[in-house]
Amino acid sequence: MDFSIIFDNIGIYFEGLKNTLMLVSISLFVGLIFAVPLAVLRTSKNLFISGPIWVYVYCFRGTPLLVQMFIIYYGMGQFELMKSSFLWIFFKEAYFCALFAFTLNTCAYTIEIIRGAIENTPHGEVEAAKAAGMSSLLRFRRIILPSAFRRALPTYSNEIIFMLHGSSLASVITIIDITGAARIVNSRYYSPYEAFLTAAVFYMSITFIIVWLLKKLEVRWFAHLRRE
Amino acid sequence: MKKLLASLIILSIVFAAGSVFAKDWKKIRVGVEGAYPPFSFVTPDGKLDGFDIDIAKAVVKAAGAEIVLVAQDWDGIIPALLAKKYDCIVASMSITEERKKKVAFSNKYYNTPAKFVAKKGLVNEFSKAAIKGKSVGVQRATIHDKYLTDNYGKDVVVKRYGTQDEVYLDITAGRIDFFLSDSIAASDGFLKKPEGKDFEFVGPDLTDKRWFGDGAGIACRKQDTELVNKLNAAIDQIRADGTYKKIQDKYFNFNVYGD
Repeated sequence: MDFSIIFDNIGIYFEGLKNTLMLVSISLFVGLIFAVPLAVLRTSKNLFISGPIWVYVYCFRGTPLLVQMFIIYYGMGQFELMKSSFLWIFFKEAYFCALFAFTLNTCAYTIEIIRGAIENTPHGEVEAAKAAGMSSLLRFRRIILPSAFRRALPTYSNEIIFMLHGSSLASVITIIDITGAARIVNSRYYSPYEAFLTAAVFYMSITFIIVWLLKKLEVRWFAHLRRE
Repeated sequence: MKKLLASLIILSIVFAAGSVFAKDWKKIRVGVEGAYPPFSFVTPDGKLDGFDIDIAKAVVKAAGAEIVLVAQDWDGIIPALLAKKYDCIVASMSITEERKKKVAFSNKYYNTPAKFVAKKGLVNEFSKAAIKGKSVGVQRATIHDKYLTDNYGKDVVVKRYGTQDEVYLDITAGRIDFFLSDSIAASDGFLKKPEGKDFEFVGPDLTDKRWFGDGAGIACRKQDTELVNKLNAAIDQIRADGTYKKIQDKYFNFNVYGD
C-alpha cells in the first residue's frame, strides 16, 4: 500500500469534489423546485393533469440513472436535427448532460416523496382549514404543504444521499468527479485500493455532513413534537 | 478425535491449495477487452473476435493448452489479472516501464505507431499551437492517455473514455476535436467505416519508447515466469509456422509485427 500517490494527486480529488458538489447540489435544488408544484398537480383528480406527471415519474423511476444518462449523452449526439439545433450548445457538454439527467431523475423521485406526504395529511387538518374558510390555495400553503414537508424530510434525506452516490456515474461520461478522479489515479498507478478508498473517504465525509445538517433541520422542524 | 478431524481438514486444504499453485497450464484463462476493433470486438451475434482474440487462441493452442476467454473492461484489466480472474491479458497492451512494475510481459506480438485524428481540414499543419485549447479524447489508462497528459495536459482539454468506441461516438457527435489512439485501431475501427469518412490522421507517427514502449505484449502475473516462457515460445512458434501471418492477413495488408 502506498498512500503517497494520493497525497501527490490530492489536487485531482479536490477538483472532483468541486464537480460532485456542484452537480449534486444544482440537480437537487432544481429538482426540488420543480417537484413541489408537480407533486401538488399529481394529486389532482383531473387525469389530464395528473396523467402526464404519472407517466414522467414512472419512466424515470422505472429505468436506471446510467441508462438515462447514456440516452441523453450518446443518444442525443446521434441525431443530425439535434446537432444542428441551438440545443446542441447545451447537449454538447458532458456537464450539462449529467446535470440534465440527474435533475430529471431526482425530480421524479422527489415528486413521489412529496405526493405521498401530501396524501397522508390527516383529514382533520384539512377539514379544519376548510371550516375556517381557507381557499384551496391557502390550504396548501398554510396547512398541507408545511406538514407534508415535515413528513417527507426523512425520506427526502435518503434521496439526497442516493443522489450523491448516483452522481458517481458522471465519471462514465468524461466528467472528473470524485470517482472520475479515483479512476485517473488508478489508471496512472494501477492502485485501485488506494485510489478508490480515498474516493470512499470523500463520499463518507460528504454524507456525514449531509446527515448532520438534516438532523439539525429535523430538530427544528419537529420542535413542536419534542418532549421536554 | 476432533483434533484428528481438524488436522485432516487442514491437510486436505493444503493439498487442494498445493494443486492449484503447482499449475501445469492445461487450461489458460485469457483476459480480453472486446471494445477495440479490429483487435478485439464483439460480433453481432455476441461472440468475441478480432486480431487479439485470434492471436490469443493461436498462442494458447501452440502452448498446448485449452483457452478460456474472459472479457474485462480496460481500466480494470490489470487489477483483475492480479486478482486471478484470469492468467494473462491479450488486449493490445503496450509493454511500458510503469506496467512492468505490476505485471510481467511476454515478448511483443505486434507494434504499431500512435496518431492523432481530427476532422478533415481542421488543421493544416499539426503543431502544439494548432491543438492548443482544443478538446482531445483518449481511452483512459492507455499509453495514449499518459502521452497526452504528460505532453499536452496543460494545453488541451483531455477527455477520458472507458472504451475506444465511446471516443469514436463523441468525435462524430462533435464533442471533441481530436483523439489520440493507436493508428491501426483508428484506421480500421473508425476511419475506414462510414461514420469516420469525414476524419483523417494529423501529425506524425508517434513511437517514443518512453510512452509507447516496445509494442504490445501478453501480460502475466509476475510470479508466473513459467507461463511467460511458455507464451514466448508459443509466439515464436506461430511466427515460424505461418499461423501469425495467416491471422495478420485476415485483418491487415501490411506487417503489424514491426521490425
